[in-house]
Amino acid sequence: MTLVVEGLRKTFLTDRGDVRAVEDVSFTVEDGRFYTLLGPSGCGKTTTLRCLAGLERPEGGTIKLDDTVLSSGGRFVPTWDRDIGMVFQSYAIWPHMSVFENVAFPLRVAGAKLPPATIHDRVLEALALVGLEGLEDRPAPQLSGGQQQRLALARALVRKPKLLLLDEPLSNLDAKLRERMRIEIRELQRRLAITTVYVTHDQGEALFLSHRVAVMQAGRIVQEGGPRELYGGPASGFVADFVGDATFLPGEVTEGGIRAFGGTVRCVLPPGIATGSRALLVLRPESIVVRDAPSGRPNEFAGTLRVAAFLGDHLDCFIEIADILVRAKSHPSTQLRREQQVWVEFPVELCTAIADDGWRPRALARTFSDDD
Amino acid sequence: MAVDATRSAGGLRAPALRINVGVLILGAAILLLGYLTLVPLGMLLLGSVSAGASALDFEFTLRNFQRVLTDQASIELLGNSVLYGAGAALLAFTIGTAIAWVVERSDIPARHIWYGLALVPLIIPGIIHTIAWLFLLSPEIGWINAPLKTLFGFSLSIYSLPGMIWVEGLHSAPLAFVLMSAAFRMTDPSLEEAAATSRSDPWSTLRRVTLPLLLPTIASVVLILFVRALEGFEVPAIIGIPGRIYVYTSRVYLSLHQSPPNFGLAAAYATVLLVISVGGLLLHRRATRRTERYATVTGKAYRPRRQRLGRFRFVAMAALGLYGLLAVVLPFVVLIYSSLVRVYSVPSFDFFNELTLENYAYILGDELTVRSIVNSLVLGVSAATLVVALTAVIAWVNVRTRIRGRGLLDFLAFVPITIPGIVMGIALIWVYFTIPIRIYGTLWILLIAYVTRYLPYGIRGTTAGLVQIHQELEEAASAAGAHWWATFRRVTVPLLRPALVGAWIYIFIISLRELSSGILLYSSQSVVVAVRIFDMRDSGQYTAIAALSVMMIVSLVILVALLQRVGGRTVREA
Repeated sequence: MTLVVEGLRKTFLTDRGDVRAVEDVSFTVEDGRFYTLLGPSGCGKTTTLRCLAGLERPEGGTIKLDDTVLSSGGRFVPTWDRDIGMVFQSYAIWPHMSVFENVAFPLRVAGAKLPPATIHDRVLEALALVGLEGLEDRPAPQLSGGQQQRLALARALVRKPKLLLLDEPLSNLDAKLRERMRIEIRELQRRLAITTVYVTHDQGEALFLSHRVAVMQAGRIVQEGGPRELYGGPASGFVADFVGDATFLPGEVTEGGIRAFGGTVRCVLPPGIATGSRALLVLRPESIVVRDAPSGRPNEFAGTLRVAAFLGDHLDCFIEIADILVRAKSHPSTQLRREQQVWVEFPVELCTAIADDGWRPRALARTFSDDD
Repeated sequence: MAVDATRSAGGLRAPALRINVGVLILGAAILLLGYLTLVPLGMLLLGSVSAGASALDFEFTLRNFQRVLTDQASIELLGNSVLYGAGAALLAFTIGTAIAWVVERSDIPARHIWYGLALVPLIIPGIIHTIAWLFLLSPEIGWINAPLKTLFGFSLSIYSLPGMIWVEGLHSAPLAFVLMSAAFRMTDPSLEEAAATSRSDPWSTLRRVTLPLLLPTIASVVLILFVRALEGFEVPAIIGIPGRIYVYTSRVYLSLHQSPPNFGLAAAYATVLLVISVGGLLLHRRATRRTERYATVTGKAYRPRRQRLGRFRFVAMAALGLYGLLAVVLPFVVLIYSSLVRVYSVPSFDFFNELTLENYAYILGDELTVRSIVNSLVLGVSAATLVVALTAVIAWVNVRTRIRGRGLLDFLAFVPITIPGIVMGIALIWVYFTIPIRIYGTLWILLIAYVTRYLPYGIRGTTAGLVQIHQELEEAASAAGAHWWATFRRVTVPLLRPALVGAWIYIFIISLRELSSGILLYSSQSVVVAVRIFDMRDSGQYTAIAALSVMMIVSLVILVALLQRVGGRTVREA
């Protein structure tokens, strides 16, 4: 099933005036693909998802699932008539029903009456799918957080819907469980090949789960692409900052690089950028190499190590180069001590620059001067 | 329309039919609530400036207010009312707060028992409590006075301002206890611990941290108690009128029971009382709004710091025991005793020879009393059901939809909290003497009075219940393919049931003991239990009252226990 969204608009009337939650959002989810809307809170991602579910009524745009128009102009298919399954942020497990009844609900309220035996089989099938076999008779509130999550998933899938919608389903779980559930959701989706739209503010989740990701900002999609594409070639500072960690360095574009650190950092320049214009250099911490002696390779600068913190899987370094603090992740076996001189290499093919649109990261790291 | 029209601000663009249903419901509800709350208040104001006996022969005059506000007796009336209200409020606050502190903040043993004990007096209706204290403190034959007179040659008269304050204060103490123990529970103990780690000793922590934090709460609790005391009719009527100590509620009553009745004057007294009540509640709102700004009241319960009492715990337990004796045991025992004798007197050894069940036989055989019991039950069930159904819809519209004008609905349902029962009575007299619906003296007018007065309790219960149901639970049903009606029936109502049952029980029980709303509106056909007791007192049938009171208290206790079981099971199921 292919989902096509075109020119979606949604405005909320609030006491403080109108809030444009979604402005002209268009995207297509190909059949069987996992599509993620990624963005900070208030960017309109959840509103977009709720429009897909019919829980919000958009005032403009078209939503089409294959040949069925769900929403367009005067036409609006109510939620209960849409062939969807949805998992909510709070799971929304009905506390007055058993596990079985929660999953059976979508089958029981369906237009066509199903024989009890069919309902029974399909509920057990859905529960087996998420690994909740044998818990049918449990009152729903007695499940743990992770089990409630699975139950919500089983309930969303039991109807074999054409479209699966997930609204930040992992945000209420603790870190370890979140990691396990995202593997399960990923594998389940790949196996069932169900067209899926997922909403999250967690870039790791988005990259891990998705075939395609749309980054949203202030009600609009600002960039769309596969995980590699987004991480490696952010179109703006906002995207680069939101999808991953980076040090941003404003500078003037020169031949084949950016003027910075009192020299030139050679890097991949965006096509069509003019020499002499302003650009933002994006330095991903994991692509930076830190050494205790010069190697003579290109793009190498000398600096002073201000912070070196051991984190198990890497050494978190803050290096001051020409009054600028750069963050780098080094191999944990590296033997470095704070305040020592280091040589930092920015591998040319891993350095990207983007046109400077005036955006700056929210919290600029302060320089660690000698006051400590 | 349920889930869909609800969230969508674009509901304004929804198909014409759907939005019309929503607006229709809203419009009908606003009209109904306006009729129930604003019309009586308007009529009351009109009546207070009229020389005639109904709005039909309206003749403008300020004479009523002139009398109410300027004549010699009015100064005394104001003085009495303020002294009575303030005295009762402070007494109730002191008792309630002391118990709350001991129960919530000290290491007293068997905390749950004391907690229950502090709540028990809530079950005893005000009129029964008041009459029990007549038995205990009447000047000549009161149980407490008789030995005092023999031993010390003096007696305490209940027919005095201190007597009124004592009875009302003792009866309101559980309310103060409930409010203050909630405040103690919700105060973050780390605020006190932070003071302690800043080298503040316990005394200055109490003075500089705990009390200032609780100050807005204390002010609002005292204010509520003050307003409630002024609104009450039982003590002013049963103790105040014979003792010739008048406050506003008894003045309203007396203006109608003089001959000829003065409706305009009653309305003017009622208006003054209404102004005091509205003013008090507005101040209370301001005080509590300030409370919300304090970090203390987070709606979260903390594990409190408990003060070690040491040897003082015996003193504390004795004090709690004394309270239980005065508020529960003595009143109940004196009622049982009086219900078993022919003529009330100070108990002596003859008692066992005089023992009789005549009073109970009389009550069960008395047509008027039996009718009052049936009426009370009918009114209780109808009022509770109507209020819960009506406020469930209002709460749903208010919480789940964004239809414009829904706030007005919420406001209208809340207005009656400011209307004292006796004021409601006189206001409804004005309404139904004016408009040609002849229901005065029937159960219908009482039902209207009850429903109107209990709307705020209903709206509070149902709104709280609905707010707790996460909206996603309804949306999930919708996303699972359930039509709005299926969602409402299979998800919303089952989840809301504990809140609905709770509100129903509460309204049912308070309506069984209602006196002040009915006292101006009843006839021999529509008499209710509390009014019947009031009337029997007029004709001096004290021993029969005692029998009826014992029966009523016992049934209320059983009822509360039973209903709590039912309610409790519903809560557990959900």
